[in-house]
Amino acid sequence: MGAQLRQLRRRIKSVKSTAKITRAQELIASSRIVKAQQRMQAAVPYEREITHAVSAVLSNTTNVDHPLTVAKEQPATAGVLIVTSDRGFAGGYNANILREAEALKGHLTERGLTVKPYVVGRKGLTWHRFRSREMFGEWDGFSDNPTYANAKEIADALITAFKAEDGIDEIHVVYTGFVSMLTQNVIVKRILPLEVEEAETPPEGIPPYYEFEPTAGDVLDSLLPRYIESRIYNALLQSAASEHAARRRAMKSATDNANELIRVFTQQMNQARQAEITQEISEIVGGANALADAAAGKE
Amino acid sequence: MAKLRVGVVSPEREIWTGEADMVIAKTVDGEIGIMPNHAPVLGVLVEGGVLRVKRGDEGDLVAAVHGGFISVADNDVSILAEAAELGSEVDVARAKDALQRAQASIEADQEDADARLQAKRAAARLRAAGEEV
Repeated sequence: MGAQLRQLRRRIKSVKSTAKITRAQELIASSRIVKAQQRMQAAVPYEREITHAVSAVLSNTTNVDHPLTVAKEQPATAGVLIVTSDRGFAGGYNANILREAEALKGHLTERGLTVKPYVVGRKGLTWHRFRSREMFGEWDGFSDNPTYANAKEIADALITAFKAEDGIDEIHVVYTGFVSMLTQNVIVKRILPLEVEEAETPPEGIPPYYEFEPTAGDVLDSLLPRYIESRIYNALLQSAASEHAARRRAMKSATDNANELIRVFTQQMNQARQAEITQEISEIVGGANALADAAAGKE
Repeated sequence: MAKLRVGVVSPEREIWTGEADMVIAKTVDGEIGIMPNHAPVLGVLVEGGVLRVKRGDEGDLVAAVHGGFISVADNDVSILAEAAELGSEVDVARAKDALQRAQASIEADQEDADARLQAKRAAARLRAAGEEV
């Protein structure tokens, strides 16, 4: 009996310390979501303006023949940028991303394309290494707090590979879109060859006729890479916010489960303690009765 | 007279928005001055340029702008900078330090493109802060 009591006490203690850790993780994640959301908000004006500028150039030049916008007739390889997190403890966050990435790989392979993965985040890297899959770009260390410089680095690598002769012909990106605190969806998008996403409210009437400094081609040359950088930055920011949201949710349910376990164990412990006391009393009473009987027999 | 609505944005934040009488920026073709009712323009800005926003009585707003674009349409002027800093926010001591370091590495290696870029940026930050370079 005493052994069971001791065992239960030990388990309660260990579950309690686990609950403390998960609770702390939950609080950290909730405070970081707010920051991540603010960063997403802060990036909105630039995205809006650059999208506007790209559509302005494209609407003013009738025959856009820029290498970044022209789809190859016979695409042979596709680069897939997979955005995962550096740390786990985030429920199904990374599993969802990697599952979608596998599905995309299936589709692309069906179309006869060779898939080259470019991976962001330690979880994605270890996933690929474990399966000994070759990666063509690896980045980690910033998944929960990406900067524009990170996005630029990734975009540079992708654009260089895209422009190279034996590089890649298409670029897709798999990331987690942040809809709200409770909803995050995996998003699969093609970013190259470029499809300019229209701004939320399309400009009314005929777009103004722009003058270009120096020429439309030169403007496009420097505008398109910036646009791709901003798309990738957006994907990184949304993934970061989603990561924190997923972690918060996972840690909240872990804390809840731990508290439930503590409740059950405490009940069992009290039962065991009560049983022990009851038994001790009945032993004492039994002993006293036996003594009393023996004394009565002597007289 | 009509006013310009000006927005200076970088990927990480909105740096400044407000109304102005005139905007002067440096594109790869040279300086460009925008006044109200300017024709639509889309220009590429130089690395390490200084942007001037004239606001009449309130005085000029000066910012160091590194790369990016200027787009003008319907009296809306947007400056999309890869990185930008208002003159009032520049840490002069640090910018001077960065300029000296960059110049030292240019002297050591004439082909050092990175250092040249750094020097340009530091110089632009100092000019934006109103220092002589």
